Amino acid sequence: MSAFIRVEDAVKTFGDPSPGTGARQSERHSERNAVRALDGVSLGVDKAEVVLIIGPSGSGKSTLLRAINRLEKLDSGQIWIGDDLVTARRADLRHIREDAGMVFQSFNLFAHMSILENVSLAPRIVRKVPAVEAREAARVILERVGLADKLDRFPRQLSGGQQQRAAIARALAMNPKALLFDEPTSALDPEMIKEVLDVMTGLADDGMTMLVVSHEMGFARAAAHRVIFMDQGKIVEQGSPDDIFAHPHEQRTRDFIRHIL
Amino acid sequence: MKKNRAAAAFRGIPWWLVLLVGLGTISLGTALADASYRVIFGAVAKGFVVTLTVAVVSYAVSLMLGLLLGLARSSRLRPLREASTFYIELVRGLPMLVILYYIAFVGAPAMAGILNGLLAPLIRAGVMLPLESRSFSFATRAVLALTLGYAAFIAEIFRAGIESVDKGQIEAAYALGMSPTQTMIRVVLPQAIRNVLPALANEFIAIIKDSALVSVLGVQDITQIGKVYAASTFKFFETYNVVAFFYLCLTVSLSMLVRALESRLRRETIR
Repeated sequence: MSAFIRVEDAVKTFGDPSPGTGARQSERHSERNAVRALDGVSLGVDKAEVVLIIGPSGSGKSTLLRAINRLEKLDSGQIWIGDDLVTARRADLRHIREDAGMVFQSFNLFAHMSILENVSLAPRIVRKVPAVEAREAARVILERVGLADKLDRFPRQLSGGQQQRAAIARALAMNPKALLFDEPTSALDPEMIKEVLDVMTGLADDGMTMLVVSHEMGFARAAAHRVIFMDQGKIVEQGSPDDIFAHPHEQRTRDFIRHIL
Repeated sequence: MKKNRAAAAFRGIPWWLVLLVGLGTISLGTALADASYRVIFGAVAKGFVVTLTVAVVSYAVSLMLGLLLGLARSSRLRPLREASTFYIELVRGLPMLVILYYIAFVGAPAMAGILNGLLAPLIRAGVMLPLESRSFSFATRAVLALTLGYAAFIAEIFRAGIESVDKGQIEAAYALGMSPTQTMIRVVLPQAIRNVLPALANEFIAIIKDSALVSVLGVQDITQIGKVYAASTFKFFETYNVVAFFYLCLTVSLSMLVRALESRLRRETIR
């Protein structure tokens, strides 16, 4: 129970019109149509641990990540970040999301703002940092991800790799205790993947707690402490990168690894 | 080569505009040369200010009301959503002329009644006299009617703008700890408004044209003055020429501005 992020028996069903409607007819109906995105997932992530989640599409990887900072509400189960119960009915969402930053597949930078404004906005209006300080801090973070010369550019003026690095900077600006990456390199051209992975590896080396949904073997080898294989809403197998990629036990894992390599 | 370029330049000329400006210049010329035209011109010009005032005031208020309705329409709160949808569908389903009559002859007396009810203690104390529907001038009623009507159209434009903003950015804002209100103000609205700027500008052109409807209430706008003048002098051709000239000066120049705005926004998006 000492893990920093704890997920206990998480269940999430999509396509179920109204859970708890009494009629047997509708129950059977919903069971047929509903997709169990998370089917009893339990997981602990220690401080400074880097965990990679792999699995076929629809296996619930993204749903798990999104449930951890409450972009998705669980049907049942509990999630803790440190001492905060994320799944509490009256959870302090602001506090939770400050603690667990998120990086998306499609970057999702604010299109009407410069990169500097993108990074300094949330510290200013959520954490009430004075504008001058927030911009100064943003400048330092953007320098760290190699975008010191792009401060005044707009997202559309940057390459995909640069946009994703800016998005990582934006998440970092809130001083999160953990970062969640949802397929951060899947929308990138091959030649831009490395620059993003280098930033992520740097963060891992600095001791950031990271939960990464990705199939990047390079990153797995360089930075991941643990790899989790998910399928059909369940954790099938987990272990060190070497265990999972070279010597998987489960047949399903073996089949999947063969496909992505 | 040279011939091709000349042909291309020829094709590039907006002939509709040349024709319009030409006709405008000719009618302005005749108007200034002809004494009777000059009189008509002077008479109708007085309505120009009224038309412009009615349009600008109605537009400004309906922008604010429309924004509130549009926000309510895309709200997470069901009662707000239902109420604004009810209003929008009701108003959009009525001819503007009917709205105008309704506000002028049903709405104004009703409003006077309600205000009298609210201010009853003051009236009893003799501080003020009871309001009558006459207390609201027809110009006020006309502006109110146009405002209520256009607020519904503008609300739908704002809603479309709000829905046009990339959902991913909204999630990103939430993931950074921003509240729904902060996300709306800082992320969604700036982009939504930018996206619908041309559509909003077009509504201003539409409201200028619909402001002619207020003439049925006897408000002294361009159309009403023209109507009265033509009826008394039988100079229908000359009068309505001048009336059309005034409207076109406003609407054509504004629609050119909208085009310029559109192409500028497009250029910025592509860059």
